[in-house]
Amino acid sequence: MMTLAQKIIARAAGVATVADGEIVTCQVDLAMMHDSGGPRRVDGKLRELGVGVWDPDKVVVVSDHYVPAVDADSAEILAFTRGWVAERGIRHFYDMRGICHVVLQEHGHLRPGMFAVGGDSHSPSGGAVGAFMVGIGATEMAGVLATGEIWIRVPQTLRIELTDALCDGVSSKDVLLHLCATLGMNNDYLCIEYAGSAIADFSMQERLTLCNMAAELGGKTGIVAPDRCTYDALTAIGVETASSTHWRSDDGAAARVHRVALGELAPHVAAPHSPANSASVESFVGTRIDQAYIGACTGAKLEDLHMAARMLRGRQVARSVRLLIAPASTQTTAQAARDGTLQILTEAGAILLPSGCGACAGLGAGVLAKNEVCIASTARNFKGRMGSAESRVYLGSPFTVAASALAGAIADPRELLR
Amino acid sequence: MIRGRAFVYGDQIDTDVLAPGAYMKRPIAELAQHCLAAIDPDFAVSVVRGDVIVAGYGFGIGSSREQAAQALVQLGVGCVLAKSFARIFYRNALNLGLPVLVLDSEHSIQRGERLEVQLETGRVKLIDKSIELHAQPIPAFLQTLLADGGLIPHLKKRFASAQNYQR
Ligand code: SF4
Repeated sequence: MMTLAQKIIARAAGVATVADGEIVTCQVDLAMMHDSGGPRRVDGKLRELGVGVWDPDKVVVVSDHYVPAVDADSAEILAFTRGWVAERGIRHFYDMRGICHVVLQEHGHLRPGMFAVGGDSHSPSGGAVGAFMVGIGATEMAGVLATGEIWIRVPQTLRIELTDALCDGVSSKDVLLHLCATLGMNNDYLCIEYAGSAIADFSMQERLTLCNMAAELGGKTGIVAPDRCTYDALTAIGVETASSTHWRSDDGAAARVHRVALGELAPHVAAPHSPANSASVESFVGTRIDQAYIGACTGAKLEDLHMAARMLRGRQVARSVRLLIAPASTQTTAQAARDGTLQILTEAGAILLPSGCGACAGLGAGVLAKNEVCIASTARNFKGRMGSAESRVYLGSPFTVAASALAGAIADPRELLR
Repeated sequence: MIRGRAFVYGDQIDTDVLAPGAYMKRPIAELAQHCLAAIDPDFAVSVVRGDVIVAGYGFGIGSSREQAAQALVQLGVGCVLAKSFARIFYRNALNLGLPVLVLDSEHSIQRGERLEVQLETGRVKLIDKSIELHAQPIPAFLQTLLADGGLIPHLKKRFASAQNYQR
């Protein structure tokens, strides 16, 4: 009896079974890098080792952190990235097409049962399609590129049993903010598997949000066992993969369990400067804001924009607030243009920003001045992350961020749905 | 053996504090001058080679940016002792040759106190108080990596011996 994580690791390590805590060496099926931690950081190390990329077809490079260039330094980083992928023969390169975790899934690079690594801490996002994907740093990435393998300690599984259904105006982001408060951020070395009777109701994009923020829980990764929804979504984007019942935790496989009844869950907001400072939105209603930011892999996918649009339709953003929206990918923008979402957002007064990490990592447009207050649909609100070290960032779902932009202060999105 | 003064911080010292986004485009020597500045503006100017960071839970939580560990290496930090580490930071540090140890003992180490850390055994001595604390020694196979000076020198050695073997 094995957990899903154990099954994938055992397969990648070429052994029949693995036990929690065991250290094994795995063959990597896919390695993803972005412009910030990728080529510019690994190139010198590969040269020092005097080796090339073990398998260029297993490497995906996405320029998303410094896009579009705002100064000569960022332009250099992007130019270097372009030159590097050409030189190393890497075909899977997405230049300003959106945020890496979203682009990777839009283009069908991940499949159930894969063992993948990413040069970014939100790489657990890959778990949405039932892949086991962990974040690594640049030196480790150079090691993977040189050898095609990596050592890993087999994680214990923490199964989050979701039951019931979410109320209207509550989303996967709220589930995660709630978990950050109840489980804390030090769930080290755990694979967080989202399961339970309610998981079938979560779309692929909502699963991406769940897995993405496993990083905030401190987990090694997050994962959802592939089901009908997974295979249908893969088929829809033209990925041929045989539906398999192998990629799921066996009944009775040892795991810690935490239960969440979704029906009782209120929208959540995390106060500065930690996702773990979260509580029901009621405790924050009325907190004045200067900026509302809908962006990031966590909070600006098509469905996130749909949540915002439900709040903003026919209404106006408060005059005292700027609402910035950076759709997670160019594909997201195109779809939102086609289905009318962009019109709703812009007519409400939202300002559209390019697809990329932008202000989420404090790199692009939309950063904050001293003493400014922002509510964002991003994943983390560490001190100084979005600009000045004296700015304050609250986290909320796209529903909550949009509702707050209308009110000029943190607001309960459920009020607008009544 | 590491000998140095203690710089003491709390829980969840994150990567944005260790390597602020605004300086991520800049060379590491410049970035390092802003390491920990958001919570301790004096850190970069007062830390000297061999000094030891003592922290609480979740040290290095957040981004995968290796500069968080690299900035500490750049400033000469001898090792980091913490109640727990974020896993990416932990691996990054060892890959860059920076020793990181999980400190088991409860302690009241003060800033500026002189420490002696034995990496192989995890013995932490408070020199002036002749108190001894315990940290978990680094796992054996990672000590080899550390002894080689990090992952790249380690792989270089491995590739060289593989070549000799093939010959
Ligand atoms: S959008 Fe933010 S969280 Fe997502 S990859 Fe970019 S910087 Fe990281």
